Amino acid sequence: MPNIVVLVKQVPDTYSERKLSDGDKTLDRDSADAVLDEINERAVEEALLIKEASEGEVTVLSVGPDRATEAIRKALSMGADKAIHVSDAALHGADVIQTAKVLAAAIGKVDGVDLVIAGNESTDGVAGAVPAILAELLGYPQLTHARKVTVEGSAIKVERETSDGITHLEANLPAVVSVGEKINEPRYPSFKGIMAAKKKPVETLTVADLGLSADEVGLASAWTQVLEASPKPPRQAGQKVADEGDGGVKVAEYLVSQKLI
Amino acid sequence: MPADRLLPDSDAADLLALTREIARDELAPVAAEHEEQARFPREQFRLLGRSGLLGLPYDEKWGGGNVPYEVYLQVLEEIATAWMSMGVGLSVHTMSCYALAEYGTTEQQERWLPDALGGDLLGAYALSESHAGSDAAALSTRAVRDGDDYVVNGTKAWITHGGVADYYTTMVRTSDDGGRGISTLLVDASTPGLTAAAPEKKMGLTGSTTTQMIFDDARVPADRLIGPEGAGLKIALSSLASGRLGIAACATGLAQAALDEAVAYAKTRTQFGKPIISFQGLEFLLADMAAAVDSARATYLDAARRRDRGLPFVRQSSVAKLVCTDAAMKVTTDAVQVLGGAGYTRDFPVERYMREAKVLQIFEGTNQIQRMVIARELAK
Ligand SMILES: Cc1cc2nc3c(=O)[nH]c(=O)nc-3n(C[C@H](O)[C@H](O)[C@H](O)COP(=O)(O)OP(=O)(O)OC[C@H]3O[C@@H](n4cnc5c(N)ncnc54)[C@H](O)[C@@H]3O)c2cc1C
Repeated sequence: MPNIVVLVKQVPDTYSERKLSDGDKTLDRDSADAVLDEINERAVEEALLIKEASEGEVTVLSVGPDRATEAIRKALSMGADKAIHVSDAALHGADVIQTAKVLAAAIGKVDGVDLVIAGNESTDGVAGAVPAILAELLGYPQLTHARKVTVEGSAIKVERETSDGITHLEANLPAVVSVGEKINEPRYPSFKGIMAAKKKPVETLTVADLGLSADEVGLASAWTQVLEASPKPPRQAGQKVADEGDGGVKVAEYLVSQKLI
Repeated sequence: MPADRLLPDSDAADLLALTREIARDELAPVAAEHEEQARFPREQFRLLGRSGLLGLPYDEKWGGGNVPYEVYLQVLEEIATAWMSMGVGLSVHTMSCYALAEYGTTEQQERWLPDALGGDLLGAYALSESHAGSDAAALSTRAVRDGDDYVVNGTKAWITHGGVADYYTTMVRTSDDGGRGISTLLVDASTPGLTAAAPEKKMGLTGSTTTQMIFDDARVPADRLIGPEGAGLKIALSSLASGRLGIAACATGLAQAALDEAVAYAKTRTQFGKPIISFQGLEFLLADMAAAVDSARATYLDAARRRDRGLPFVRQSSVAKLVCTDAAMKVTTDAVQVLGGAGYTRDFPVERYMREAKVLQIFEGTNQIQRMVIARELAK
């Protein structure tokens, strides 16, 4: 009966144009539709699959501005049981280390956590470091880039897939797992699930509630900062290859010249 | 650009958001391929069922969504915008549950409705016959009581979901008493003696199967009679009054899809050194298309709100079916015009939309029959 915490993040929809704000080069959250990050949907799905196989409870944890409640609701409407939302203006511009500290403190508020599941990287920041940092802070084993997760009693087995190949990992619970794209196909919430989610408990906490001080988190004390950003260049017209019997060769030559093959 | 909707509450807004997500990610991307290959989207109907979208206007106690028609129809419209065959299928499925939900006994409702509304079962509605189309009361498929069964013989025609449905809400003749000799049977697809003919080769809506259903000494248990014997035509017609609203919503969704496609194309296509949307000749065409879409939506929503409040809506439902389907025909035809030669090819979806629009003016009562219904209501 594992007690699972799933980390979820609200990100700008990849369908919409994403921008940084002019002033401090943090994400311009008003410029794009905000959604639950797709990799987090997979994390929630995995937690629900484990719960459905062996009961247990799924708590969603999100650090983000007030409107992140929408992402939290989505996870709850998929079937998670309850949520913790850490929302504090002091967190504006927090880096991965600060975020992991806040997450670790919030996880400390949940009784008897067996498993923390996260996506391996978000589609906005793409740092891909939070799960590992969090595992260090919690002192839990980290099983990252999972494409398959099996929980048996107090043991967890993970197939880890990176560009280096596939590794089989095993650890004892509690542990931190991060999942990759191939882990599962997340379910859609049902209309009933959406209605039920409105009644599920969401605990909202500030940085102070977690016993952290405001100057430990946020842009001013962040270890990383975005100094400059430039928009992606407009799409260039493609290069046309006229096929005079040697089309295949020309395409191959082009790909070689771009070091793609 | 998705339709800008006025919704009654945040639950409805959430439901529409879920619908749009499913329509955008799961339906629209595979529609053209299924239509091209005439492949029925059974799996996609299961997804709608799991998401709670197959039983929206029915009671929660049977697993329905308990939402008003005003909301259900807008969900349907969004589905039809993404994929017409799914929209029509959802509308027909909803209609196939109507007899049971409105006229069934509690026992019948508890036995069959949860699976139908939950999406495990897909329904069909079987009224028409080859010689009894507009004149549905002339139907002659006969059911004769024999012990605990009805023995059914005859051929139903034009049945949407024929051969793929799990049950058929079927109008049969139980006596020679004209319109009063018709009864409704909820026929299980696995009934011995029931077979589907080869699918019709249609002009459009090719992803949706349409077949004759042949009853050859098919034995249907008598406990599958919905409502009393002789109530069948009344049940069929009141199903259609609501069903027509479904078709009106589908038509509006299709017109919206055609408008969106036309506007997007007109903004990027240049001739004479300018985007074609800047030519007044096209501006007025596009404006008329938008006016047709908006007024179609307003018309079906007005009828839906009357239904939701328990007011008579037969006339408004026929007006909506007439106005919305004519709008869909006009808007899809004009969308092909906006795209020029490209619109006439299968590289763009508008020629398919135009083919799909035509059937909307024909089924669930042709638009001539809608005028008859409207005029009869006026003469009352
Ligand atoms: C793709 C498709 C799916 C269908 N799905 C179903 C289904 O699921 N279940 C079902 O039961 N049926 C279904 N139908 C049947 C459909 O409802 C009938 O085709 C429709 O009612 C018209 O009947 P008909 O084809 O026999 O035409 P007819 O009734 O022969 O009509 C021919 C023409 O005569 C006109 N006409 C007829 N009577 C009059 C009148 N009194 N005054 C003026 N004009 C008149 C009609 O408007 C039409 O233009 C489907 C049809 C199609 C094409």
